[in-house]
Amino acid sequence: MTMTSTEKKRVVITGMGAITPIGNDLEAYWQGLLAGKSGIGPITLFDASKHKCRIAGEVKGFDPLEYLDAKDAKRTDRFAQFAIAASKQALADAKLTITDLNAEQVGVMIGTGVGGLKVMEEQQSVYINKGPSRCSPFMVPMMIANMAAGLTAIHTGAKGPNSCAVTACAAGSNAIGDAFRIVQNGYAQAMICGGTEAAITPLSLAGFASARALSTRNDDPDHASRPFDKGRDGFVMGEGAGILVLEELEHALSRGARIYAEMVGYGMTCDAYHMTAPVPGGAGAARSMEFALKDAGISPSEVSYVNAHGTSTPANDPTETSAIKTALGKSAKTVAVSSTKSMTGHLLGGSGGIEGVAACMAVSKDHVPPTINLQEPDDDCDLDYVPNHSRAQTVDVAMSNSFGFGGHNVTLVFRKYRS
Amino acid sequence: MADTILGKVQKIVSEQLGVDLDTVKPEASFANDLGADSLDTVELVMALEEEFDIEIPDEAAESIGTVQAAVDFITEKSSA
Repeated sequence: MTMTSTEKKRVVITGMGAITPIGNDLEAYWQGLLAGKSGIGPITLFDASKHKCRIAGEVKGFDPLEYLDAKDAKRTDRFAQFAIAASKQALADAKLTITDLNAEQVGVMIGTGVGGLKVMEEQQSVYINKGPSRCSPFMVPMMIANMAAGLTAIHTGAKGPNSCAVTACAAGSNAIGDAFRIVQNGYAQAMICGGTEAAITPLSLAGFASARALSTRNDDPDHASRPFDKGRDGFVMGEGAGILVLEELEHALSRGARIYAEMVGYGMTCDAYHMTAPVPGGAGAARSMEFALKDAGISPSEVSYVNAHGTSTPANDPTETSAIKTALGKSAKTVAVSSTKSMTGHLLGGSGGIEGVAACMAVSKDHVPPTINLQEPDDDCDLDYVPNHSRAQTVDVAMSNSFGFGGHNVTLVFRKYRS
Repeated sequence: MADTILGKVQKIVSEQLGVDLDTVKPEASFANDLGADSLDTVELVMALEEEFDIEIPDEAAESIGTVQAAVDFITEKSSA
């Protein structure tokens, strides 16, 4: 089957929502980013005293009952609650109402790294202590990774294309990219898309710690997530969701929607190298950025800002730096690069969502969020990381990188909307 | 009241189904009046089994459609 000469549609961002460790709506999140606010603290969601890592970027003061009735909240895992909340915010922000008339033209694509770990771990305890006959009938529908997308459709009425990327820490960005393709190719007029995660649970924390992925700077949580800094010792887990409404341009214009930015490029590759380690030199990540720029028809010199994957692990940050140099060439020296994970921690599959939001806000507001806790850059990290203070500057083109266990590399490109 | 079988059943139903206690009348139907779907019903039966330390076989569970029917079943099981 060949594609006929159907012209690709232009895709714009008309609404955003965010539940994050530094604020539970778009405005609070963005102001937190500009202020360089750290969302990291001691873990309160459970007793982490026996764990090597006892800090995380928890979402604070989130009340699911603001978005769901009591019965629905009870049968919805935290990762899906975040997604539903951020999706409802994004739709309200876009002033997009889903009705019988347009329901089939609005879809949902929400990625997650691990899905409903909380309910799975709780039910495992029930199984061990009380036996198989006491396991909740809601366990399976609550834990499966696609349920954030499924429930978001149920709670918004969106009946269009619906799926879920599960590519570890690249999942949120894959979901946005896949949604972009769907709108570009005319399969939906709008997509609710992004990433969500709620993996600050005992088993997950233990597993990531055993993989030597987490920071153990337990006595200094504010400074534990320090991408590109010499003193970094691993990532800090975060949780939350970031959701964008992608909309076909003519549809957005016809209803007078506010446009934050245009989405213009999507690239993805795989290292095909190692389960958890990036390929030395970052060739896979570089190709992802190159594909995304080619897709966008943008040259490296036009890129104003890169929202880096920037996890604060020893392996990622120099590798990503090297990849940015490969992809952008001499423009790498002048481009602004920041890791907002320095403030939010690493939301795993949710990170692509909130970082896509950050990149679009940077384009919309001409303001670049900082990399906080950057005191002494690693010798191999020698780009302009916008250290410690946000910067007002023109942002015409922003890229957002997300890389995941499995070797997944994803890059999204947003640009200022011009008619 | 709260100590009677009816009182305990009403409390569990209210918690499990997320409905106000005063709507859980003896004649209330789980599906038609209290909004229970198939998964809710399974969970509710499990909660009743646990509270009263009894077993409710699947065939019996299917015939328990109202609060009173649950109370009657539990009463019979408990006195047996």
